[in-house]
Order: sequence, then C-alpha cells, then structure tokens
Amino acid sequence: MSIAAKANALWEYANPRKFLATSERVLPFFWIVSITCIVVGLVWGFFFTPDDYKQGSTVKIIYLHVPAALMAINCWLMMLATSLVWLVRRHHVSALAARAAAPIGIVMTLIALLTGAIWGQPMWGTWWAWDPRLTSFLILFLFYLGYVALWEAIEDPDTAADLTSVLCLVGSVFAILSRYAVNFWNQGLHQGASVMRAGAVTGADTEEKVSNIFFYPLLICIIGFVLLFIALVLYRTGTEIRARRIKALLARERVGG
Amino acid sequence: MIPDLGKYGDTVLSSYAVSIVLLVALIVFSVMRGRKVRAEMERVEQRMSRNG
Repeated sequence: MSIAAKANALWEYANPRKFLATSERVLPFFWIVSITCIVVGLVWGFFFTPDDYKQGSTVKIIYLHVPAALMAINCWLMMLATSLVWLVRRHHVSALAARAAAPIGIVMTLIALLTGAIWGQPMWGTWWAWDPRLTSFLILFLFYLGYVALWEAIEDPDTAADLTSVLCLVGSVFAILSRYAVNFWNQGLHQGASVMRAGAVTGADTEEKVSNIFFYPLLICIIGFVLLFIALVLYRTGTEIRARRIKALLARERVGG
Repeated sequence: MIPDLGKYGDTVLSSYAVSIVLLVALIVFSVMRGRKVRAEMERVEQRMSRNG
C-alpha cells in the first residue's frame, strides 16, 4: 500500500462508527498493558531501587513526576494535532478527541505540579518558585482549565470546537515552553532534561545522567502512562461520540414532534 | 513491607498517595460517565425505534 493510500485509510477513522468499532476492539489491550506497566514500574521503583546519594528516598517520586509531566505536555500536542484536523478537514471525531483528552491533561499537569511541589520542598527548601519551567507548567494548567470551560460554555458544538481549537493553538506556545523553558533560560531551580536526552540515556554525556538503576523502572512507568493516555482518549472519545449522537437523536425527535 | 524511606517518608508517601488518587479518580469518573452515556444512548435509540 502506498503512503497516500495509507494516509487515506487513516481518514476512515473519522467515521464515528468505524472509530467506535476499532476502539472497542483494541481497548482491552491498552487497559491491561497500561495498568500492568504502571503497577510493575511503580512497584519496581518504590520497593527495589536504592536511595539516591543526594536526594535520598525522594528520588522515588521520579516514577510519577516525570511520566505525568511528559504526558501533560504531549496531551496538549495531541489536542493541537486533532484541533488542526478539525479546523482543516472538519472531522467531528477529531474535535471530540481533543475535548476528551483535555481532562486527562488536567490530571497529568496537576500530578506533575503537586509531586513537583512536594519534591521541591525538601530539595529546594520551597514548595514553589517562579522558575521558568514551573511557571510555564502552571500557565499550561490554566490553559487546560480554560479549554474545558470554553467547551462547556458554548452550546453549539461546532462553534465550541472552532473556538477551543484556536485556544489550543495559542496554548501550544506554553506546552512547548514547558518542555524547553530550561533550555531557553538558565535561571531557575528546575534541572535541565536528564531523561529524555539521548546522551543521558546512552551515556554519551556525563552531565546529570539518570542512572540505569532508576531509568529502567522509569521507562516502564513512562510506557504505562503513554498507553493509559491512549486507552483513556479512545474510551472518552467514544463517550463524546455517543453523547453527541444522543443530542442529535433528541433534536430529531423534537423536530419530528 | 514498606522500604525505609528515612526522613523523607512523608514526602514520598504523600506524592504516591496524591498521584494514585488522582489517576484512579480519572479512570473511575471516565468509566462511570462512559457507562451512563452508553445506557442513555441505548434508551433513546430504543424509544425512537418504537415510535418509528
């Protein structure tokens, strides 16, 4: 099959029936594997890894903080992609997928902020600092809240999808800043990337490298969070599709008298 | 059973508690709403097919 044909095959999932049928088939896999990975990664990290020589047992927070922060950013990028599909091709499923993903992003951002604050208190001596990465994450969290509020505030679903898509484009600046803030500005308490950097993982560089003892359970947790995100997005998009169908059926019933 | 977390015991355990509660709440609310909406859709579809 050519690339063009494959790309065209992808648009078949813009059909709600096709999307629901496929997601129902693959969802059990994503639920089981994601929860298994998270449980294995957390148990391994919590019970079977040593304390860090500098940070003591607080290093165990990494297994929740890093995957949650990663998903908080990538969830918004997924919403950006689906919002662009809505704006360009007007596929309802893509707009509903963005809507379904937002509450997941809220929870992931909240976990990253809370675990960061709890971790920061003993390590930095403060729960919060107006550090570039922390601040951009807080703004990203506020964008998530605004995005959900905008969907709820507008009755016409197409208008809501249009306006939230534009909001998503604007908020993407902060999603990207959340990831790269530490590279743009050197001041601040938060360390630079030490996990999602090829050199840090392979050992090609020695700066702030995460030891493999911590990295392997962390990797399993990250895989678990990614798969859980996919499972939740598929499930919640299915719910949004059905909720939209209920509205359409009730409208048709009212018109029919 | 719980490893010795030293002086940071409260810090680590509270991080895990907060995160696990939020994750479980997200999954439970998503599934509960999903089931409710699915049941509602089936009810509306049945009613409409009965009424022609």
